[in-house]
Amino acid sequence: MLSTHAYPKYPYRQSAEQREGRRARFPVVVVGAGPIGLSMALDLGRAGVKTVLLDDNDTVSIGSRGVCYARRPLEIYDRLGCAAPMIDKGVGWKVGKVFFGDKLSYQFDLSPAPGHKAPAMINLQQYHLEEMLVAACLETPGVDLRWKHEVVALRQFESHAELDVSTPDGTFTLEAEWVVACDGANSDLRKMVGAAFTGQAFHDRFLIADVVMKADYPAERWFWFDPPFHRHQSALLHKQTDDVWRIDFQLGWDADPEEEKKPENVLPRVKKMLGEEREFDLEWVSIYQFACRRIDSFRHGRVLFAGDAAHQVSPFGARGANTGVQDVDNLGWKLKLVLDGEAPDKLIDSYDEERAFAADDNLRASTRSTDFITPKSEMSRRFRDATLDLAGKYAFARPLVNSGRLSTPTPYLHSSLNTPDRDPFAGAMKPGTNAIDAPILCQGEPGWLLEHLGGRFVLLTFGEAPDVKSIKWRGVEAEVVAVGRDIVDAEGLLRARYDGEPGTVYLIRPDQHIAARWRYFDPLDIEVALSRACGA
Amino acid sequence: MKLTLEPNLADPDGFYQALIDSQRDMSDEEASAMNCRLILILANHIGDLEVISEALAAAGGKV
Repeated sequence: MLSTHAYPKYPYRQSAEQREGRRARFPVVVVGAGPIGLSMALDLGRAGVKTVLLDDNDTVSIGSRGVCYARRPLEIYDRLGCAAPMIDKGVGWKVGKVFFGDKLSYQFDLSPAPGHKAPAMINLQQYHLEEMLVAACLETPGVDLRWKHEVVALRQFESHAELDVSTPDGTFTLEAEWVVACDGANSDLRKMVGAAFTGQAFHDRFLIADVVMKADYPAERWFWFDPPFHRHQSALLHKQTDDVWRIDFQLGWDADPEEEKKPENVLPRVKKMLGEEREFDLEWVSIYQFACRRIDSFRHGRVLFAGDAAHQVSPFGARGANTGVQDVDNLGWKLKLVLDGEAPDKLIDSYDEERAFAADDNLRASTRSTDFITPKSEMSRRFRDATLDLAGKYAFARPLVNSGRLSTPTPYLHSSLNTPDRDPFAGAMKPGTNAIDAPILCQGEPGWLLEHLGGRFVLLTFGEAPDVKSIKWRGVEAEVVAVGRDIVDAEGLLRARYDGEPGTVYLIRPDQHIAARWRYFDPLDIEVALSRACGA
Repeated sequence: MKLTLEPNLADPDGFYQALIDSQRDMSDEEASAMNCRLILILANHIGDLEVISEALAAAGGKV
């Protein structure tokens, strides 16, 4: 098993302060170097925030685990300068097929509208993604990545937190103005702050088998309800990179996890699915059960929770890592502004406001998918089967089929950072929404809108360019990017997607979300909206 | 209340007969599957979640 991937072993190094026995304080300490912790450290480090990233282990995720990465996280990774290798290495896909028995019941296309830099979805084993993020962190001077550093105690104060950290050289204490806990669903830090983590546990078990095989199945997501090879349960087949294929089998609650994991029990199931003649190797096997729950608050004093440490969802819909990366996107710029003294501490509270709202949206979607896939009663199962049956014949039933609604960003429509519209607008770009991409030309070269947004506030203007380069609120600057002058709307998609008639102005946050928009350029209105977007 | 709970069928006996006839030769299992399909088809025809919610409450004895 585990034949296609050689797991790296990253070197433990004793830190200077532990060796010298001195107490050091850092702006941010991130705990947990999984995909979310690595992304958090990378975002902060690139913004110039000195960040220590602690991990109790010295390698990447074992097994493929989170394999689907959606457009929005890929856009965030592009902002962080590391999407290209992921997209190159990953398997792009957009078609999903749902079968009921041996019949196709429903088919969907994730990306009906072209004109985005990032693909709709890629499949990439979590270990590949983590290795790319580690490489990016190592190239970022602001990030201090420390393996074999386990946080064993936490104490909080008004202005900082103290962390006792255990290493192969003993235990030492370091201080952080802010701690970001990215230590996963079983988060120790969550226990240390005494946070509640509540929701719904589901009584079902799933077997994941990664198999290596040469097969010419298309790069599509195939999901079966009650297939002939695995009666009365569901199954999933999905392509990953390096000829690795992900197979999921629903097993039911009574299955014995230890027995089911044994290759002699896994192999017959896979053979029944793929056919006796297909040659394959088992790469990795895991049994999981799941829960949908979230932390009571994403902020506990100086400790902020992100990723699975803050919210746990079912795997249907690829909402775990994908939403975690969006937590990071939301938090990074806020920490930077508060640490720089440019924004009030209460900007950090908007992290909880916005991401708890998104987590609830994700939990709702995840719970709904789970109710469809694993019906809780005989009657629920009949409704599910009736839906699948009708979907084969009638279009109306197809949108009811729920084999996992794939992760899309949740707009922060009610966020206190938004300035409500005063003028009428058409289209999807309401305040609180992530800015949709569009093809543009810059100095005659083809490019993408999102390459010009992010990392700082931007004023995107349509029509005659304003005669100022930026608008300021205190030390925070919103830089003008004028459509027609700085970038050219190559295919008219920018104007269409933003309802960008001449005179239109968008104020866009460092995380590429819309903060405000107007039909005129008024420096005072912009300054007020900018201060509001900074939590003032 | 948007849901009609006053008589609305022109031929009540004819409707009831059609309903019973449609399942006369079915096992309980088959009839139950058909009832599920019927609910889904009718719900889609109604289309208005407010009406459907009121119908769910009325059928569940919660009104």
